[in-house]
Amino acid sequence: MEHYKMNLTLRIWRQKNSETKGRFETYKIEDISSEMSFLEMMDVLNEKLIREGQEPVAFDHDCREGICGTCSMFINGRPHGPWHANTTCQLHMRAYQDGDTITVEPWRANAFPVLKDLIVDRSAFDRIIQAGGYISVNTGNAVEANSILVPKDQADSSFAAAACIGCGACVAACKNSSAMLFVSAKVSHLALLPQGYPERKTRALNMIAQMDKEGFGSCTNTQACESVCPKEISMTNIAKLNSEFILAGLSD
Amino acid sequence: MSLTGIFLISFLVVHVGINACIWANDGGGMFNLASHFMATTVVIRIVEVGLFAGLVLHIVQGLVLEVQNRSRRKTGYAVSLGNKGSKWYSRSMGLLGTLLLFFLIMHLSHFWVPSRFTELPSTEINGKEVANQYAEILRVFQNPVVVVLYVLGCISLMYHLLHGFQSAFRTLGVPNGKYISLIKGVGFGFAIIVSLAFAMMPVSVYLGWVS
Repeated sequence: MEHYKMNLTLRIWRQKNSETKGRFETYKIEDISSEMSFLEMMDVLNEKLIREGQEPVAFDHDCREGICGTCSMFINGRPHGPWHANTTCQLHMRAYQDGDTITVEPWRANAFPVLKDLIVDRSAFDRIIQAGGYISVNTGNAVEANSILVPKDQADSSFAAAACIGCGACVAACKNSSAMLFVSAKVSHLALLPQGYPERKTRALNMIAQMDKEGFGSCTNTQACESVCPKEISMTNIAKLNSEFILAGLSD
Repeated sequence: MSLTGIFLISFLVVHVGINACIWANDGGGMFNLASHFMATTVVIRIVEVGLFAGLVLHIVQGLVLEVQNRSRRKTGYAVSLGNKGSKWYSRSMGLLGTLLLFFLIMHLSHFWVPSRFTELPSTEINGKEVANQYAEILRVFQNPVVVVLYVLGCISLMYHLLHGFQSAFRTLGVPNGKYISLIKGVGFGFAIIVSLAFAMMPVSVYLGWVS
């Protein structure tokens, strides 16, 4: 792929902390390589801001290889930018052309309050996991993996759900700020395995109760979440969560 | 939402089926007999109470849900995801439902209120005295403004069903990986056929295709 350089205009949401009101700031940035990642471009911007004595833009990042779920930017109207099944850190500047204007916003949801600039507080997801996203096992020696048989198709479905990295793009994309895709991925991942089976009822009920408590909206099946998910988590999981929830509610 | 939605979908099947009798081209005989049956049978009267209860529940639930969901994001986006992630009608169920509510008020005042609370002129079919609801249809749909409003109501219904039909089954936890194509296909066909059939009723009366 041909290498090129570009000059860009960035409109970035700046907000001092969760108490203050934020606003967009416009920055001009030059000589950006098409081979840079989006976050490297942000690094270049921050170095420039530091040199100029300005506060750098705060943004979340960690692994920068698309597996940790830390990066979170709403880029030109889409979580994680324009590429399908991709995280912000894996977005490359070849997605853009010289002269482009890029608008970068934080995830927007009451349940994800802005902490600073582009960083939001996603601890609501942690509390949902604490409410039931686990299995209870006795500690001790690791048991032989093949002593519990798992049908291949169920293992595959469970793994596909387990691929969720908890980035929150589903919430950011949903018109209702619903966390159903995230919760459904976690519930399906465990409910499909024999190890997760015993606690499936309380898990579905407790995780949904915590989700509501955190202030996420309801699912109206618009499918926006599925279309932006960097790990292509399927809406099938939401139907699975609904059936888990209904059956748990009826039998308890 | 989903249970009341499916209940109302089942009502549409009955409603469109009976109304289609206007195309029998028998001077409204079959239609008047059908509407006479609906108006005078005790079981239907009881079911009608359930229908109104379902309808009110669906409307109240829908409006509450819409208000709650809208309040979940106090600060909106400068550039929104829009149609890049979902269909406009999937995101506009509250608006489409409200349009349908206005349509419904007009529709009930045109047909349900007169037939229930006033004495309609009667006609005789097979020696039986029945209210001439058919004449009411011919009268109401002479007004082109009413015909246009009804067609717009049917378009709202179509989009409401295009999302609502499949969404209801998903909410009920139907394992949509396996059945989603079937549900989507049936929902798509249902939305188009039922709405088109309803829309063609005022149009065919206005254009004189039935008499």
